[in-house]
Amino acid sequence: MAVLSIADALKAAIAEEMRRDPSVFVLGEDEDIPGGMGGAFTVTKGIGDEFGRMENRGGIVTEGRCINTPISEIAIGGLCVGAAMYGMRPVADLQYCDFLFCMMDQLVNQAAKMRYMSGGKLSVPMVMRCPSGATNRGAQHAQSPETYFAHVPGLKVICPSTAYDAKGMMKSAIRDNNPVIVFEHKLLYGSKRKEAGALNSAGEVPDADYTVPFGKAAIRREGKDVTIVANLLMSYRAQEAAAELEKEGISCEIIDPRSLLPFDYETVVESVRKTGKLMIVHEDTYNFGWGAQVASYFAEHEIFLLNAPIVRVAALDTPAPFSPVLENYVIPSKERIMSEVRKLARL
Amino acid sequence: MSKMTSKERALGMYSSMYAIRQYEETVKYLFFEGIMPGTIHQSAGEEASAVGIIYDLRREDVVFSTHRPAGHDIAKGVSIRSMMCEMFGKAEGCCGGKGGAMHTGDFSLGVPPANAIVGGNIPIAAGAALAFKMQKKDNVAVSFMGDGATNEGAFHEGINFAAVWKLPVIYVCENNLYSATTSIHLTTLLDNPAADRGIAYGCPSTVVDGNDVLAVNEAMAEAVARARAGEGPTIIELKTYRKYGHSRNDACGYRPKEEETEWFAKDPVKCFRDRILSEGVASDDELKNIEDRLDEEIDEAVEYAKNAPFPALESAERDIYAD
Repeated sequence: MAVLSIADALKAAIAEEMRRDPSVFVLGEDEDIPGGMGGAFTVTKGIGDEFGRMENRGGIVTEGRCINTPISEIAIGGLCVGAAMYGMRPVADLQYCDFLFCMMDQLVNQAAKMRYMSGGKLSVPMVMRCPSGATNRGAQHAQSPETYFAHVPGLKVICPSTAYDAKGMMKSAIRDNNPVIVFEHKLLYGSKRKEAGALNSAGEVPDADYTVPFGKAAIRREGKDVTIVANLLMSYRAQEAAAELEKEGISCEIIDPRSLLPFDYETVVESVRKTGKLMIVHEDTYNFGWGAQVASYFAEHEIFLLNAPIVRVAALDTPAPFSPVLENYVIPSKERIMSEVRKLARL
Repeated sequence: MSKMTSKERALGMYSSMYAIRQYEETVKYLFFEGIMPGTIHQSAGEEASAVGIIYDLRREDVVFSTHRPAGHDIAKGVSIRSMMCEMFGKAEGCCGGKGGAMHTGDFSLGVPPANAIVGGNIPIAAGAALAFKMQKKDNVAVSFMGDGATNEGAFHEGINFAAVWKLPVIYVCENNLYSATTSIHLTTLLDNPAADRGIAYGCPSTVVDGNDVLAVNEAMAEAVARARAGEGPTIIELKTYRKYGHSRNDACGYRPKEEETEWFAKDPVKCFRDRILSEGVASDDELKNIEDRLDEEIDEAVEYAKNAPFPALESAERDIYAD
């Protein structure tokens, strides 16, 4: 067992998979430029030293499994799709998940549909790594857009929030024979690149090979009064809120879905069977966020388990503002979660 | 003027071109009679491109096609019966009835589902070529596109990447002068919208008479040799023309009649047939034998496809994810 940050757990997963399987390679802007950052958040720093960099040096293309790409998101997406169709397992890094929108066609029209359109004759095993979350960078480097992709049949969407899950789920993603979009929260990385408001998410990670499957939620805290479903940074905020609410006599059960597509409804249903009250917290905006899907699932299938209306706590329906004061106002805070839980618990 | 090839190759190319033309004419008839569902994007008129480019490829080389894929499919050896079944939405279609007219292809024959997003396959072909390079295979990838695709961001990003990493991919622009209904000259100042941009990426490019199958084949041989030798991509821009409209019942009201007349005189199937005869490569009877055999094959494919079963409804929810 070693105690690793999420950034180092992800790096360990990628490096171990690259050692295990020669078809795995990494690509992205500054994936590992000597003297650069190793992705925007250091996850792939040093990968090029171990596995070589494929680059054009004076007309000669060197061999290697680390590709430092141009700032060309369409190409990054398309390269993944084409290479994956022909026996490789690309792991791309987008630096900021907001750039997903630049490659939307390659993910939604190509990666997600290629197997289906072929009548099941091919597969597209690729991983798209997407640092997400609001971090005082303004509206175009701040989003939590998991829902867009969780809406697309053919994609898988995961959001690991602990070091253990980060390593185990990254390995599952690389071994998966489908396109997997991985949301990694910038404030949870624990990388050397300091972020205001970052949490210490370092945790014990086994040295031995292991994987964490998709579609299996984790219960982060057991409780009996209110079920809170929250992912990424919000699962931590919910836990902080729950610790304080405990002192007021309110007991919260916190469920981290870990993957959104597939989604583990069963674990949430079992919890609500006990609590009768459901709250969903996400950093994505409120309208049509994935919380709406979970809420409607309960409305359709499990409404008789509920003793109170479902509550959704989400970012306000605004672009992310820069000013730290405004950003804190827009993104669900511990205080907002606590206030909503108190109201719900009283019902 | 291109150089005539051996009799065997000339007849092989002619067969493939004739099969494409006859397939497209048959599909057009079936669609307009209301017998066939969906939509159609005819490749009639562009047979020399498909056959000249694909004729000498190996089975393991891959061809990424467009919303106008039938010629590329047939040239690469996709079975006409499986294509016809796909056009009718039948279970035995080359995509199990899930692809349709704009996505025909057979992955096992090096033709992944054709891409109906303009320019969409340009970076994907680079990705396949990257896989070949990393696996130390000397396969090549071919990316077909229309003139309209040259104004897509994917064109710029994909070809730039292929050039920098010297990937074994051949970018083939079938410039039929119209991006759907809009003249390429209304949207691009370049005479050769694909080839003229090659210099921007340090990518060699060439402009070829796209209606001359032998000229196309010669240009392709050079590009493939470069690609297999690890020297990187080539852009081949083929000047050609659609026999019919962009899709369905497009009557081509936007094309000047004189222009149509001029191009129809350069019909690639007819011109190659005439040349085979005038240069004494084969006799009219030999060609008629080939044509009769293909007519029969296509008629059989239609009858088979009409009577073939539809997919089971539950198959709609299969093939979304791989295990």
